[in-house]
Amino acid sequence: MADTVASRNGTPAASAAGFVWGYRYGLLLVVLPLLLIAGGKAGFVSNFQFLQLSLMIVYAIAVLGLNLLTGFNGQISLGHGAFFAAGAYTAAILIDQHNWPLWATLPMAALVCFFAGYLFGLPALRLEGHYLALATFALAVAVPQILKYRHLEPITKGVMGINVFKSDPPFGLPLSTDQWMFLVVLAVAAFMFWIARNLLDSRTGRALIAIRDHSMAASTMGINVAHYKAVVFGISALYTGLAGALHGVIFEFVSPDSFRFELSIAILVGAVVGGIASLPGAVIGGVFVQVIEKYADALTKQISAAVQLPLELDPWLIYGIVLIALMYAMPTGIVGGMAVLWRRLKAMRGL
Amino acid sequence: MGLCKTLLAGAGALALAATAASAQKKYDEGASDTEIRIGHTNPYSGPASAYGQIGKTIEAYFKMVNDKGGINGRKITFITYDDGYAPPKTVEMVRKLVEEDKVLFVFQTLGTPSNTAIHKYLNGKKVPQLFVATGASVWGKPQEYPWTMGWQPDYQTEGIIYAKHILANVKDPKIAVLMQNDDYGRDYLNGFKRGLGKDADKIVQVATYEVADPNIDSQIIQLKNSGANAFFNITTPKFAALAIKKAHEIGWKPAHYLNNVSASVGSVMKPAGLEASQAIVTAAYLKDPTDPQFQNDADMGTWRAFMDKYYPNGDKTSAFTTYGYAVSSTLAEVLKRAGDNLTRENIMKQAASLKALEVPLLLPGIKINTSPTDFYPIQSVRLQRFEGETWQLFGDVLSNEAD
Repeated sequence: MADTVASRNGTPAASAAGFVWGYRYGLLLVVLPLLLIAGGKAGFVSNFQFLQLSLMIVYAIAVLGLNLLTGFNGQISLGHGAFFAAGAYTAAILIDQHNWPLWATLPMAALVCFFAGYLFGLPALRLEGHYLALATFALAVAVPQILKYRHLEPITKGVMGINVFKSDPPFGLPLSTDQWMFLVVLAVAAFMFWIARNLLDSRTGRALIAIRDHSMAASTMGINVAHYKAVVFGISALYTGLAGALHGVIFEFVSPDSFRFELSIAILVGAVVGGIASLPGAVIGGVFVQVIEKYADALTKQISAAVQLPLELDPWLIYGIVLIALMYAMPTGIVGGMAVLWRRLKAMRGL
Repeated sequence: MGLCKTLLAGAGALALAATAASAQKKYDEGASDTEIRIGHTNPYSGPASAYGQIGKTIEAYFKMVNDKGGINGRKITFITYDDGYAPPKTVEMVRKLVEEDKVLFVFQTLGTPSNTAIHKYLNGKKVPQLFVATGASVWGKPQEYPWTMGWQPDYQTEGIIYAKHILANVKDPKIAVLMQNDDYGRDYLNGFKRGLGKDADKIVQVATYEVADPNIDSQIIQLKNSGANAFFNITTPKFAALAIKKAHEIGWKPAHYLNNVSASVGSVMKPAGLEASQAIVTAAYLKDPTDPQFQNDADMGTWRAFMDKYYPNGDKTSAFTTYGYAVSSTLAEVLKRAGDNLTRENIMKQAASLKALEVPLLLPGIKINTSPTDFYPIQSVRLQRFEGETWQLFGDVLSNEAD
């Protein structure tokens, strides 16, 4: 986990290698979506599948946001669903009631969530570890109720939620709305991951990690612990809020029930399963959140039909089993587990 | 002038071509020579899972239809997903149905909040949202939403009928209302207030609950303490059972009016306790399977045989299984009439031209009527009272057109 961050400072050779890798990733980022769009044009990839892909990327951004806070700074949050909701509602309200264009709502949602996160982070700094987790959990539980609050209903539309309409592709591009939104989401995600990588590679990033590893030692080195903790809370909320805004737009609907506290848990589970304190881990976490949530149900049905079980299985059963198995087999997340496997394979070949 | 003539001639030729084509088979996505694909969402899990019986009944019904050779020689593929009564899940599942499963139309999606969430999407895509399983009055607006149609009597009408019954039968009424906090609850309450008219101030207390609430004990205590002697219970099955039980436990005995959507003996009255359920009044438009007067009814016999064969572990005391059967029969009739012209437009056209249609299990005297401007298929009800272990009808067929 640390080597992904550390490898890029140092020798010219290393930075050249870093450049090559960046180039390869860049190429992948261009080729893969083009292939998918071609698949969509040829009818292999349906609009619904584009929506699913977009949702995976959206959750990856949200997981990355939590990862910055929990993985790299050591603060636990059980309430990131709240920022996700704040971002989604900011975007939905601006588009639905104020006719803002999509490109303007995203930075606005990010900004709102940054300040929300920063302000929540300030008093929460007095809370360490479990106490912070509990405070954030309270936030996650409170947000759906706040959204339903009677006197906010003219703005939030209460329990019925808001229908958002996606903008059509600009310049008459020959794409469906879902294909276009997929590209938008992917571009935003690539940009946000790039920013996160650079942030972690900077003085600030090293300060964050130092605080996580030993906050007292960090403060003796002159790091303003309180300041950094509040700022990273804000940045983390910004990422998650931006993901929420994208979710609202591609899903075309927001309601308080979209953002129950289960969402906060799902984001945390995604971060842990993918690999805490790892950027690729966030991508895997995003895929996990989307796939397991949506397919555990269908899979449970298929399995119980296949073996003809007389009893009805709970859809969350598979989810639980997968989670337990993963935590036993790969305690450091999927990325960590892959790294271990890779090292073993290499060692075996060496023999 | 010359241009005008050419245009006219062109239009005439087009019209001719159109009539010629209508004699041939016409299909939209989701229909073919062998198959009609229908999409559906239903809460099989979550706080409204009692309604899951409806989805299972519909599935069983179309299995029966297919066993008998399908409709006009086409098999029905009925695709149903669980949405847990959560609108975001409904949005996702309906998009899957339309974009991936490529259904011809969506049928009987359940829940007022859920249908509101997909309302604009389906109308934007011009996919029929047919016979939705909610009675909110917004489903009957063909001008704004030509692709959406309800089925059951609308909540406003039902609310008006209860209001009038309370004013006529309860002496010096003081009314308490318990409602689900969403458009379903509000629609009932609005109709109820309209029915009360100048007596709307007879409502002394309104309590609300959220679908996610674990129980509603405090609301019932609050309503009892208001001193009310009449109670309008606007709740989905789980909460209806909890409310009836709690009111009985704390010894509150108002004139109890339960909304039709929870009037199931098997799913509500029995879990709440039969003793606690005595004398509750509700509105009905279907023959209740527990009502002794329909014991030897022909429709009931057919329905029982259907249940025994295709849904053997289904609850034969639950109004949701009769509901599923009746609404499926209505759809089967629409599809039969659509013939070989299985376009989305023609499905809506057929659904909007039902004249005095008799559907199995509808109460005698209640028929289905629709027109291009009338998207409310059923508009009449009769009141029934819970006595012993069964519903007993009383009074005449009542109608009150909302809007």
